[in-house]
Order: sequence, then structure tokens, then C-alpha cells
Amino acid sequence: MELLLQQILSGLATGAIYACMALAVVMIYQSIGHLNFAQGEMATFSTFVAWQLITWGFPYWAAFALTVALSFAGGVLIERVVFRPLKDAPALSHIVVFIGLLAIFNNASGFVWDFTIKTFPSPFGQGPMFGAFLNMHQAGMIACTLGMLVLLYLFFSRTRLGLSLRAAAANPESARLVGVRVGWMIALGWGLASAIGAVAGMLIAPVVFLEPNMMLGVLLYGFAGAVVGGLTSPIGAVAGGLIVGVMENLAGTYVPVVGSELKLTIALSLIILILIFKPSGLFGKTLAKRV
Amino acid sequence: MTALLSVHGLTASYGEGQVLAGLDFEVQRGGVTVLLGANGAGKTTTLRAICGMVRREGSIIFDGKPIQNLSTEGVVRLGVAHVPDGRGTFTQLTVDENLQLGAITRRGRKEIEHDIERCFGYFPVLKERRSQQAGTLSGGEQQMLAVARALMLRPKLMLLDEPSFGLAPMIVKQIFDIFRTLNASTSMSMLIVEQNAALALELADHAYLLETGRVVFAGRPDDIRNDPALRRSYLGY
Repeated sequence: MELLLQQILSGLATGAIYACMALAVVMIYQSIGHLNFAQGEMATFSTFVAWQLITWGFPYWAAFALTVALSFAGGVLIERVVFRPLKDAPALSHIVVFIGLLAIFNNASGFVWDFTIKTFPSPFGQGPMFGAFLNMHQAGMIACTLGMLVLLYLFFSRTRLGLSLRAAAANPESARLVGVRVGWMIALGWGLASAIGAVAGMLIAPVVFLEPNMMLGVLLYGFAGAVVGGLTSPIGAVAGGLIVGVMENLAGTYVPVVGSELKLTIALSLIILILIFKPSGLFGKTLAKRV
Repeated sequence: MTALLSVHGLTASYGEGQVLAGLDFEVQRGGVTVLLGANGAGKTTTLRAICGMVRREGSIIFDGKPIQNLSTEGVVRLGVAHVPDGRGTFTQLTVDENLQLGAITRRGRKEIEHDIERCFGYFPVLKERRSQQAGTLSGGEQQMLAVARALMLRPKLMLLDEPSFGLAPMIVKQIFDIFRTLNASTSMSMLIVEQNAALALELADHAYLLETGRVVFAGRPDDIRNDPALRRSYLGY
């Protein structure tokens, strides 16, 4: 029983990171209708920026805040420079550009900061918490993610800018007709996704260590979370990410064959199973078309 | 009366096909202009061209400013509210959020709240549905919401694309009564595209007949009623 509880809690901790990545993916999917394969490498790059700032002597939270701000600006810039000219291009062009961006960010991280593994500090420490169920950093990951979700929820439901963003995602043509600057809303979506990814990267880096390929696996779990929850539902993406995190941990502990070797296979199998049996995800809306 | 909107040599095309072949027309300040014509005459495209939703050329002067090169958002921000065909409802958002979005370019929370109450005065059923998802409303209620959302802009000009389309006669009457009230009590101008010519001509002070992207007749509603050929074609008696 104690083991079960422990595995669920630490599943929730990594699940929180998957949830962040899932949320970042959904944020961009909702505004342009494509999956951003480069989301993970963008987050890794952001994390390297944070590492650099900390190495230069910035206090942790100052580096954290600055990295989030820079990542937001970077996300907006990528949309304006790269994706705005592509806005009517077919899906395949988008996919090629996403893969290009993935390679560019991956190589840029390696070029600037080299490919050796780096340790990344945790602001919460590694001491035990709640008996031995969680360590401080895991608890911090969950708390940070929840805090960010609450802020995002308030932003989307209580502010006029949040309402404009939702309108632009739901119905761009009608949004233009009420005067919403849809192009900028898409850029803002990219900025938010990039900032959320940066938070996820900085929270997971103390656990998996920092190197250019750090987010590769994490992004796959994030995709799994987004697909499980439904690509059209931010809340679903978060729930999906948490579900994937807990399932991964429980399967690794209780299904002997799986061990830690086949954990990633579980995530990928989940994506395939959900797409076959419930393509809209657990929380997504089935898009009905009037004929 | 002076012209609030004057359009000269307006052309518009979807890809290869040209839909408007040089239109000239005006909407007077505080006036109601109606565009009549068969399906495919270019009525909807005319409204979309004014708002920059299709590629257009020619001159469009609104309130003294040329707007033919502005984006849709830019035109809307000058005070042109468009109730499109299909109503353009944000179906996943609530009625209240739809109305808030109508006023998204405006400032002043108090005034916006006040205007929402004013819209509820015109369409009391929307108040009952206030926190409901707009997609769950009936067709008539969605049309009311579309008109209310357009009013939330406090527009100088409202473009209405077939406001009676697909609605029960009772609802149509209710909506056109509101248009009459608005026309009498505010300085807002209206440009209406309508299949129901008799209804639209009762409200209008100017009418244009469109055929295959051209204006073939321009005049007052009485000119159409008194012309036997036009009356038979457009009013059916």
C-alpha cells in the first residue's frame, strides 16, 4: 500500500511535467492546428539559457523569471518570423519546418553549451517530504505546475485578453469580425507555449540532468498526455499528462516485464490506442459538422 | 443626408472567378440601405468585401476615410459591425462571453455592462440564457445574439447578411422590429442583404438591385413597388 501511494505520488510529479508539455502542445495546436514537434527542444534551449544565467551568478528565481520572459519573447518571435508566412501552407510544410526547428534548437544547444551532461540546481532541494513519499523537488514540481495552471486558468477565464485568445482559437473569422487581432493572438499562443515549456524544462532538469536531448522522451510523454486528454482541451491535456505519468510509474513498478526499459513504449502505445478508440481524447470535443 | 459609406468601382474575386464587377452604391448617415438580388448576384460578397474578408479593389470610403486597404480588424475598429451569414456565433463560449467579445475593442467596463443590459432589453431571452453555451441556443436565439453582439461594438454602420434566413416568421418580425427601433432611436446606419424583399423594403430608404455582380437598379423602395416589372420580380405580386 505504501509503495503504491509512493509510486502514484512520484508519478504525479513527473506527470506534472508531461502535463506542462501537453499544455504547451495544445496551446499551439489550438491556434494553428498543428503539433509542434520542436516544443521539447525549445524547452531544452530555454533551460540552457537558465543554466547560463545561474552560472553567471543570477539568483535562481531571478534566472527563472528572466528565462520565462525570454522564452515568451522567443516564442512570439518564432511565430512572427517563421510561421506567419506559412499560415496558409499545407500540413506537410509545417511538419518539415517543425522538424527543422527541432534540429536547429538541438544543435544550437549542443553548439553553444556542448553535449556533456550538466547538473541543474533545484530551488526546493532533494530532502524527503511527507515521510518518504516524495522528495522536496518532486513536491515543488507539483506545486509549481499547479500554480501555473491556476494563473493560466485565471488568465483565460477572467481577462479580456484571455477571452480574445479563446475566440481567435475557436473561430478566427468571427474573431476578426469583432476586431480581435487574430495574428497577434496566435503569436501570443506561441509565446505562452514557449514559456510553459521553459518552466517544464527547468523543473525536470534537476531530475534527468541537462543535455541537448533532455526533452526528447519528455515531449513524447507530453504528446501522449495531449492525445489522451484531447488536443482541443487544455484541462484535458493537463489531466492526460498526469494520467500518463502515473500509469508509466505504476506499470514500471508492477508489471515486471515492463521494468524501466519499456516505459516509453507504454506512452506510444497509449497514443495509438486512444487514436484508434477515442480520437477526440477523454476530454476533447468531438467536432460535429452541420451538413 | 450625407453618405456614411460610399463605394465606387468595387470588384472582388475568389481565386480566379470575379464576383463583383465594379459596384457603385452608398449608405446614408442614419439611413437603411438594402441590397436585393438573386442567389449568386454578389450580395454576400459585397458585405465581405467592405470588411476585407475577400480580396477587393476599388474605392470604399467610410466616414471620410478610405478603407479598401484595411484588414478586417481595422475596418471593424472604425465602427463597422458585420453580422455574417451563418451568424458567426462563438458556439463554445457563453452568451455573456459572446457579448463581451462584441465590445472587445472598447474600453470602460461600466459602459460595456450597461450595453449588455441594453441588449438584454431588446432580446430578453438572451438574459435567461446568459451563462449558457451559445451553441445550445436555437437558430432564432443565435441570430438575436449575433445582432446583439454587433450592437456591442456601438457601430456607426451595421452590415446584416440575410438576418431573416431560416427563421420562423414570429422571430423575423421581432428582429425587424428591433431594427426599426434602432433606426428610429440611434444614428446607426444599416446595410442589409435580404431575400425577403418586401420586409427589407419596409425598413429601407434606399435599395439597390444586383445582378451578376453589377448594380442594375438604384432607387427608393417606392420606385421598386411602383415599377410593375421590378415588383413582379422582387416582390412577387
